[in-house]
Amino acid sequence: MTTAQASKIIASTRELADFHGGIHPQEMKSLSNQTPISKAALPPQLILPLQQHIGNASKVIVEVGQQVLKGQILAEADGFVSVNLHAPTSGRIESISEHAIAHPSGQSDLCLTLTPDGQDQWCTLNSSEDVTQLSAFEIQTKVRQAGIAGMGGAGFPTDIKLQPPKHANIDTLILNAAECEPYITSDDRLLRERADEVVAGLNIVSSVLQTTTCLIGIEDNKPEAIAALKTATQDSNIEICVIPTKYPSGGEKQLIKILTGKEVPNGKIPADIGVVCQNVGTVAAIYRAVRFGEPLISRITTLTGLQIQQRGNVEVLLGTPINWLLSQYGYQAAKRERLIMGGPMMGFTLTETDIPVVKTTNCILAPNETELPLAPPAQACIRCGLCADACPAELLPQQLYWFARGQEYEKAEHHNLFDCIECGACSFVCPSSIPLVQYYRHAKGEIKQQRADQQKSDQARVRFEARQQRLENEQAEKAAKRKARAEAAAKAQAAKKLAESQEIVIDSAKTDSKQADLIQENQNNQSKAAVEVLDLSELKTAWDKAQSKLDKMYDALDAAKENNPEQVTKLSRAVEKNQMRVNQTKQAWLKASAKTESETSTAVITATESETKAESRSTSDANIKPDLAALETAYDKADSKLAKLENALANAAPEQVEKLTRAVNKNKDRVASAKAELETAQAALSRTDNNAMPEPPVEPVIEIDIPALQLAFEKADSKLAKLENALANAKPEQVEKLTRAVNKNKDRVKAAQDELEQARLNAAASTTTPVNDSGT
Amino acid sequence: MSIALSVILTAIVALLGLALAFGTLLGFASVRFKVEGNPIVDEIDSILPQTQCGQCGHPGCRPYAEGIAAGEDINKCPPGGEATIQALADLLDVEATPLDAEHGEEKGKMVAVIREPECIGCTKCIQACPIDAILGSAKHMHTVIASECTGCDLCVEPCPVDCIDMVPVDQGISSWHWNSPKDMKIIATDKAASIDNEGAIH
Repeated sequence: MTTAQASKIIASTRELADFHGGIHPQEMKSLSNQTPISKAALPPQLILPLQQHIGNASKVIVEVGQQVLKGQILAEADGFVSVNLHAPTSGRIESISEHAIAHPSGQSDLCLTLTPDGQDQWCTLNSSEDVTQLSAFEIQTKVRQAGIAGMGGAGFPTDIKLQPPKHANIDTLILNAAECEPYITSDDRLLRERADEVVAGLNIVSSVLQTTTCLIGIEDNKPEAIAALKTATQDSNIEICVIPTKYPSGGEKQLIKILTGKEVPNGKIPADIGVVCQNVGTVAAIYRAVRFGEPLISRITTLTGLQIQQRGNVEVLLGTPINWLLSQYGYQAAKRERLIMGGPMMGFTLTETDIPVVKTTNCILAPNETELPLAPPAQACIRCGLCADACPAELLPQQLYWFARGQEYEKAEHHNLFDCIECGACSFVCPSSIPLVQYYRHAKGEIKQQRADQQKSDQARVRFEARQQRLENEQAEKAAKRKARAEAAAKAQAAKKLAESQEIVIDSAKTDSKQADLIQENQNNQSKAAVEVLDLSELKTAWDKAQSKLDKMYDALDAAKENNPEQVTKLSRAVEKNQMRVNQTKQAWLKASAKTESETSTAVITATESETKAESRSTSDANIKPDLAALETAYDKADSKLAKLENALANAAPEQVEKLTRAVNKNKDRVASAKAELETAQAALSRTDNNAMPEPPVEPVIEIDIPALQLAFEKADSKLAKLENALANAKPEQVEKLTRAVNKNKDRVKAAQDELEQARLNAAASTTTPVNDSGT
Repeated sequence: MSIALSVILTAIVALLGLALAFGTLLGFASVRFKVEGNPIVDEIDSILPQTQCGQCGHPGCRPYAEGIAAGEDINKCPPGGEATIQALADLLDVEATPLDAEHGEEKGKMVAVIREPECIGCTKCIQACPIDAILGSAKHMHTVIASECTGCDLCVEPCPVDCIDMVPVDQGISSWHWNSPKDMKIIATDKAASIDNEGAIH
């Protein structure tokens, strides 16, 4: 039957479009399409690569040495874009190891090796008598279970094609029966012999996708297949579209263009324009999977090329080694052996011959040198433009060639390199026999590599920046903690001071009331003083104890600094705490002693009024002197501590410097205050001494007594004024101290005034005294 | 005379007004559309391979990017190699210079592998890794997350028991891509002869 006759048989009403370019290579199909499909024998060993499809490699679920049945799952789909792998026959798993696979790189990949036991015993299959009763989901599940991947050559998992994205409105299903590549006849033979299976499979797919239009695109060089299809589709609404023979009309995008006139946009898939394409072999496999539950364990492969004697199509188990298969069909290796998997246009030369047949092996071509000579050496591009005329994707192959060769990949991308379907039409027409497609494949690989590298480097940058951020945050957190601790300590200190000042206010109030009491109950004075003294001694002991403990801790800290560096911080913290305690006790003692002093002095004043001056002087002397001594010791101690601390600061580790500096400053303040107190006390003592010295001989020196008293009074008055002035300008923390000093001085001024008046009265009383002019 | 003066005055006033208006506009734009940082640094940084190896003498790729922006040489990045130098030269419109051997030589992609039985769990390599690609804790075995490792080599030096190896990245079948065809020979007969010779020799 000729092409013309075939066209007459089926008069399709559909208006066919045409795609740009295309070529007409020698078909060579008659080499293999003359004989019916034969069944290959059971090979001694089956090699099953875990990756025979696009997507993730399957995950092995059997063990070495395990006995498996025909159709049993050996490796599961790993993820969404992956498929199951089944045992093509019953037997024993021999090994799971690296083996050469059908790949242009000639590299090895992980494979299962199965030794058949010859029983060919099926596992239980889940068949369905009436496939029309099955829901779409059930069909999808069965297809997924059966491990079907696109058998036209790409190997995309078929179940994914049966669940198109939700937004896609699929209205057209196309069966790709064009089989445009020379030599290959597996679809042709399949259609001739099993057209009913193919049509049943097509109906199943159509029902799942609920398409309104179902088209079969077939080239007019397969009249027998067209006739078989016509018979099989008599009662259905499937439309057979016979298209003119032109390579590469079997390209998915090209076939869609021919049949529907629509073009798949750049970067999109056919589903985006409402079309799904299926291969003939895939559809037949879907039928067998849904109807009989048979997984994909065999396929029809064309064995062709003049080096093979029994050319034809053969149904072969997946995993059959190619060299064994070819030896069964009278293959004679040529001198320079060349085996091609796939067709002469898009296939690749095998580097090994013991590689297995996989789900995508549609043809094994063993040409001799005359029928398919090696490409002659490439020559310079003459810019003839034939490649651009031939390109079915309407690209500019010449430009792409320059960019790919000059490694200007960005420009190549801008010229839509990724729309190239690698059909080889440009290389075929090139008068300089430049291997254009190889350049494009290389450029695509390089670009993908660069993208992957860029992605990885971006990831590394993100991780690096995240790490930097983390380190910075840790540092900041530490600093914040340190600051918070310091602030808390300062706050505690301030709170303590506030409490103390409040206590003093209360104390002074108490003192006032006590003063009143004292004026009334003079007698009780002594006993009360005794109680105070007792308190005072108790406080002193507490202070001493705390001080000695602190000293011990200092020793421990020094020892630790030398021997045990990690305890230094702990110890220094303890020291700090103890120092605080020492200070507290000291403050308490100082306060108590100051109180006693003031009380006693008040007592003295009251006593002066009632008792004799001599008595009062002796009492005040007795009180001031031990006070002075105590103050001196306090000052010395504070000074020595300061020296110690300064010493420690000089030797301190950098992280302690801050703490120590603070401690030193505190202590300096303390030393200064102690010194000031001491000086005040000394001054007071000396004054009382001065006052006391000339006074004992009261009666004889009354003449100089009055001026002296006057002088003392004036001095005291001026000092009081000075102090009051100082108080007005004083800092908040000094107010308390100054107030106390002012009060003390006021008392003293009053006493001096009293004394002066008394002396004057005395002087006035003794009329015999001649010299009284100097005093007034 | 007075007319001429008024014309001059008008011109001056008009020009001053324009200057003031445009000055305000420019001032506003410079505040409103201020670009934070130096955008060229980002562009340079995106070209650098982000191994963070420090072979250039900077503590990471971004500091080197800043250095390049400030006028440093572009040939100090061994992991990036000639491709990076070329890309930087294109970006900055300077001449591409060969890689400075002082900073190391271009090697293939490497990945760090810890010989795990020998690891003593000292965490030194974890601290050295600039991208946190090593997992482990004190006194427990550490391991490298191979997919994150940039092969910068910084973890090798601190290891006290030398249990870290730098191995070439396994170019598996999934990352394989076609080689570029060999460049053509002008005279076809030479090419054919050379094929025969090659076949005979190898």
